[in-house]
Amino acid sequence: MKKSVWFLCILIVLSMVLSACGAQATEAPAPAEKFRVAVVMPSAINDLAFSQSMYDALVRVQTEMGGPDAFEFVYSDGMFVVDDAAAAIRDYATQGYNLVIAHGSQYGSSLQEIAPDFPNTSFAWGTTVDTFGQPNIFAYEAASQEGGYINGVLAATLSQSKVIGVVGPIETGDAKLYVDGFKAGVAATDPSVQVNVNYIGSFSDVALASEAATTHISAGADVLTGTAQMVVGAIGKAEEADALWFGTQSNQTSLAPSIVVASQVYHWEVILNEMIGLIKSGTLGGRSFTANLANGGEVMEYNPDYALPADAKSLADKTVQGIIDGTIKISLP
Amino acid sequence: MIQDLFSVTVLIGILASGIRLATPYLYAAIGETFSQRSGVLNLGVEGQMLLGAFAAFYVSLRTGNLWLGLLTAMLVGAVMGLAMAYVTVNLQAQQGISGIGFYLFGLGMSDLLFQKLMPTVETIRGFPRIYIPGLSDIPGIGEIFFSQNILVYSAYLLVPVAWFVLNKTTLGLKIRAVGENPDAADSLGVSVARVRYFTIILGGTLSGIAGASLSIALLNVFQQNMTSGAGFIAVALVYFGAWRPIGVLGGALLFSMVNALQLWVQVLNIPIEPEIAVMMPYVLTILVLVATVSRVRAPSALTKPFEREN
Repeated sequence: MKKSVWFLCILIVLSMVLSACGAQATEAPAPAEKFRVAVVMPSAINDLAFSQSMYDALVRVQTEMGGPDAFEFVYSDGMFVVDDAAAAIRDYATQGYNLVIAHGSQYGSSLQEIAPDFPNTSFAWGTTVDTFGQPNIFAYEAASQEGGYINGVLAATLSQSKVIGVVGPIETGDAKLYVDGFKAGVAATDPSVQVNVNYIGSFSDVALASEAATTHISAGADVLTGTAQMVVGAIGKAEEADALWFGTQSNQTSLAPSIVVASQVYHWEVILNEMIGLIKSGTLGGRSFTANLANGGEVMEYNPDYALPADAKSLADKTVQGIIDGTIKISLP
Repeated sequence: MIQDLFSVTVLIGILASGIRLATPYLYAAIGETFSQRSGVLNLGVEGQMLLGAFAAFYVSLRTGNLWLGLLTAMLVGAVMGLAMAYVTVNLQAQQGISGIGFYLFGLGMSDLLFQKLMPTVETIRGFPRIYIPGLSDIPGIGEIFFSQNILVYSAYLLVPVAWFVLNKTTLGLKIRAVGENPDAADSLGVSVARVRYFTIILGGTLSGIAGASLSIALLNVFQQNMTSGAGFIAVALVYFGAWRPIGVLGGALLFSMVNALQLWVQVLNIPIEPEIAVMMPYVLTILVLVATVSRVRAPSALTKPFEREN
């Protein structure tokens, strides 16, 4: 019996280590001039969605700032258990990182508790606008309704069946903004187009998201979109049926080069650079940032292999300009 | 609106989706049925599925050979089953806890390998649909039953095979005896340990196939934590199905069909909150379980380690 208890303990410890696998070994304290960032993310850094958008942005910031000697970042990903994430956030703060990013709105209440214990550390969390009124918390969000709107305009232009399907995770936060913006874009372009929305109640159920896409196609949709990491299977179903796909968060062209038209891509580095500048000048928080089309935090990326008609492309470009200069207002429900 | 639900398109859509959604549950739950009938509760199914899904996907992606991918998934599942068997049979560990340990291992390990070996999410061309000549042309029926991929067909073929093995063969008799009364089985010369090793490894192998059916046949993609609790639902389906393959089939189909139905409810803009819609399959499954739970009792030796008395 004793032996089995030992074995179990080892197994459990081993599995815990593995489930926190994204966590990189932290290095010894760095020289003062090196800027050090730690980030906690809910899904994998290579999810081709929300977490990857932040990881890619950190890599770009690192390149811009001159490599790992000037800018070091570590991450814990796959932190869908909020308690684990909270422990990681506290660990990183203890280790003296300049900026600790909680990349997920579900981490908010943990951060609210932890941040006051580390007044010299700057924290950031998103997607939200709430800094909890604390001097060392930044908030950030993406105006995902903007790219959603552009995708909606294009989708309505390209749909021949006049039916469009949307696969969403849970009706909240970033996903809701995107879907509502998308619907507004369709309605503004062609009110006769019907948009069917399906929230599957999960960020990870790839099988259900795929069946949701199949269901949309059976219901007549010839253009699909969706948000969050579980849509990767849905894109394959769209490809099988030769329906078009619009992506968001990361560039999803590589999954189905023949049918992905465009993706709204988050470029968080625009916001990260601002935060880093503020931290270096002594402001540790208290402000909120929005990535949008105007400040380059959101970029529309088109699939070069998809032959987008020139008039559709110019309509999209005009719409982007209209959103940037404020002539197009996106009304959300 | 609500009357739209009663159209041929929707009916065909629900049945075809339900049949596909039920596939991974069938493999995993039939495997779990074998191990539970021999007295072992394996809660590690989800972890075995995840590692199986990754192994199948990665090997298929790199070699271009889907069969090799499937075989690797089976091997990975079998090895995890072997480890589970050692822990539960030889070390006599508490089965629920060790199962959770194996689940966490599979979850973490599949994620680790995914991140270390693949730069981002990729897709492959999985097992194609097989159109059964003649039958697949029947309107409706053909689309539902006779134009699926090989792993869907074999999941449904597995049900009668499992029934036959459990009820009509000596091996099945031994499995049931070991699960009901291991002391008696032991006194008649049946090796309790050997039978349990067999069923747990078989269960792991089938869980590996369950994962592969997602990653290289139905979805053709791997994403972190992509099984999303399917392995735990499979364990629940074994209880639901009263430890019989045919009952497991009924439970898997009920759960999956209602899930497909709720997708249509939302797509047809029927005014039900999405949160309520996604609850439907779970609520219905619990209700049926409550209504029928007293029907059959579990194998008597379930979760009890066997120790020969002196």
